Amino acid sequence: MDNKKITITINDQQYKVDAGQTIMQAADQCGYRIPRLCYHPKLSIEGACRVCIVQVAGMKNYVASCAYPVADGMKIDTNSRELRQARRDIVELLLDNHPQDCHTCERDGNCELQRLAYSMGIRHRHFEGERKHYDKDLSSASVIRDPDKCILCGRCVRMCSEIQGVHCLGQAHRGFNTVVMPAYNMPFAETVCTTCGQCINVCPTASFVEKNHTQELFEKLNDPDLIKVAQVAPSVRAAIGESFGLPPGRNMEGQIAATLRRMGFDYVFDTQFSADLTIMEEGSEFLERLQAKGPLPLITSCSSAWMKYMEQFYPDLIENISTAKSPMSMASAMIKTYFAHKIKADPKKILSVAFMCCTAKKYEASRPELDVNGMRATDIVITTRELGWMTKSAGIDFISIKPEKFDEPLGLSSGAGAIFGVTGGVMEAAIRTAYELYTGETLIDIEVNDLRGFKGVKEAKVVMDGQELRLAVAHGLGNAHQVLEMVREDRDRFHFVEVMGCPGGCIGGGGQPYATANSIPLDEECLKARASALYGLDREKTIRRSHENPDVQRLYREFLGRPLSEKSHELLHTHYKAKLPRGIVSPNLKVV
Amino acid sequence: MATQTQELTAPLTDEQKLAQVREFIAEVMTHEHPDSYLIAVLHRTQELYGYLPTEVMDEIAQEMGIPTAHIWGVATFYHYFNLAPPGKHVISVCLGTACYVRGAAQILQTIKDELKIDVGDVTEDGLFSLQPARCLGACGLAPVVMIDDKIHGELTPKKVTQLINQYRKQANK
Ligand code: SF4
Ligand code: SF4
Ligand code: SF4
Ligand code: FES
Ligand code: FES
Repeated sequence: MDNKKITITINDQQYKVDAGQTIMQAADQCGYRIPRLCYHPKLSIEGACRVCIVQVAGMKNYVASCAYPVADGMKIDTNSRELRQARRDIVELLLDNHPQDCHTCERDGNCELQRLAYSMGIRHRHFEGERKHYDKDLSSASVIRDPDKCILCGRCVRMCSEIQGVHCLGQAHRGFNTVVMPAYNMPFAETVCTTCGQCINVCPTASFVEKNHTQELFEKLNDPDLIKVAQVAPSVRAAIGESFGLPPGRNMEGQIAATLRRMGFDYVFDTQFSADLTIMEEGSEFLERLQAKGPLPLITSCSSAWMKYMEQFYPDLIENISTAKSPMSMASAMIKTYFAHKIKADPKKILSVAFMCCTAKKYEASRPELDVNGMRATDIVITTRELGWMTKSAGIDFISIKPEKFDEPLGLSSGAGAIFGVTGGVMEAAIRTAYELYTGETLIDIEVNDLRGFKGVKEAKVVMDGQELRLAVAHGLGNAHQVLEMVREDRDRFHFVEVMGCPGGCIGGGGQPYATANSIPLDEECLKARASALYGLDREKTIRRSHENPDVQRLYREFLGRPLSEKSHELLHTHYKAKLPRGIVSPNLKVV
Repeated sequence: MATQTQELTAPLTDEQKLAQVREFIAEVMTHEHPDSYLIAVLHRTQELYGYLPTEVMDEIAQEMGIPTAHIWGVATFYHYFNLAPPGKHVISVCLGTACYVRGAAQILQTIKDELKIDVGDVTEDGLFSLQPARCLGACGLAPVVMIDDKIHGELTPKKVTQLINQYRKQANK
């Protein structure tokens, strides 16, 4: 963009703005917010909905402000009577063939279409258009597609290809019959979909939602024969406040523990504990490979959408993938063995429930290779959004409830476990521990700043006993693709690579609360605030290194022996294999 | 491209057809903006197979580096692409003006009900596929349907049902 300033007129007032931007961007700078729907600043411009129309002097037709460039001397009207009417007509047209079931809809109260209709001043409906009726696709373990609610803004399609690089979705057929679907209208479970849930995050309506497991959980909580055990991921505590109208970035872990006990859980554990455990295993695996000279780079594997993406698009790198299970699956494995033994309970009587920021964890939990002694390790996965709803539905006062602590013996965590939720955090946590295990010295400056922040691909160097370690971090599957291409080209380029499947890491997971009225999905300010909650948690802790967590030490002493022991291998490690559903194309795709 | 004469020689095997699709793609990939030839590639495929088999679309995705979901989008956008192999007999119902005023809509509905398929689909037994047609140049006989290349005129719902049954009987022989 050039820095030239130009003068434009909006609604009879003159403004100096940067040249080379769209009318919408210029108007945003001048204190306007032109209504919009298909536009998203992180995605390419679609220009499909025409909700953002403005009048430009000298032009016969209204123009879509998200797609039209400003020019010097341009006179723009954003709010004339005719324009307001035209905009309103456009939204009414969308509503005409939209199911009118807001009050039984998953997005009720959280829906961009609802908000838009309200702000257009649509208060009653004159006309009922023809409706579309398609079956919902319920095949996926994580993501439900409901074409009846789709308004064809195309955001999900662009999200899935431009940010995630998965290219699962497209618009098929034409006109009134257009439907967003995967190739050949295949059931979702059979497609390349990684279950990341980012299409859910960007969809303005309820056309993509997660597979809901709240009813099943409520039911099981009523079963007196079950021992109900919960675990809570780091990023859930950093975001759930938003479901209750709090600004993003509040750490609500104490409120969550208190809430889950009132909901009927007997034990509430912390996934941050098992994040420390993951570091012990993965850090040791890294050192072992470093000493044995390979295979390197070691690539992290705790992000479930990333697991599936890697198995589909990069099966040639499987030997580089860490065999350490994710923190969720490690905690679940310990719950059904170590903990069951401690409380002298039959593990089959234990209901293991994971509260996660992630829709892909629902898929991960269903992977048979993660079963423990023939049982599912994680019985139910509930997203942050679902937890917010359950709390309200159970009539629990989340905001003013007195915070409580997590339970022993899987509840204590180091600061390293907390930052697992942010891009770069797993690497930072691993370095804190690996450095000390390798050199025998204490790492003084434990905050590795080069690994922090939201740059798509971050690179850093750490010197360990005279040896330089080259590190890379990627968040969002599209960025992962970039790093992996570098790895394919030159296996010696990095020693250690961290990948998280979602933008920002788990804090931007596909199961996090929807954007509120004043924000947009994937808003970077919101992600920053959530990240700072976790970095704050880290700083508050006296123990900031995983290997110093006394309960992790106890677990090794009493049960596992040492990292990478036979028992650890049996319970805390897994394996991956190539998966090639239809629709896999070499990831060097053109975005068409 | 040396394919215009295929009708004169033995029918191509699927392997030969695929080889031709590949050859065609290899050719377009030498052009600037090869993606813009996607529609041409799909046409070539349909010429060879009579429809767009999904396996071949997978192949095109690989060779051209275009996401399958996008290819599917293009294939479904245009009416002239068939997504299923055509039936043994192709029924074209004329919806031109003359036929229309003389009850083509009713004829079409009768056929749909009888075959239990929609326009563009193929019957479960693979015997018939159904497509709409513009004026077939036999307005004097309206309403008209064409089955394969034979015109049948002055139809009524009853006559068209009989006609379908004749084809069924033949197939059962
Ligand atoms: S998607 Fe939005 S507008 Fe549509 S029914 Fe649901 S809440 Fe209402
Ligand atoms: S869940 Fe992720 S991979 Fe699957 S369709 Fe949605 S955005 Fe694409
Ligand atoms: S599914 Fe949602 S995001 Fe995708 S096109 Fe439809 S309304 Fe837009
Ligand atoms: S927001 Fe500009 S056309 Fe949709
Ligand atoms: S309109 Fe049907 S044949 Fe001419």
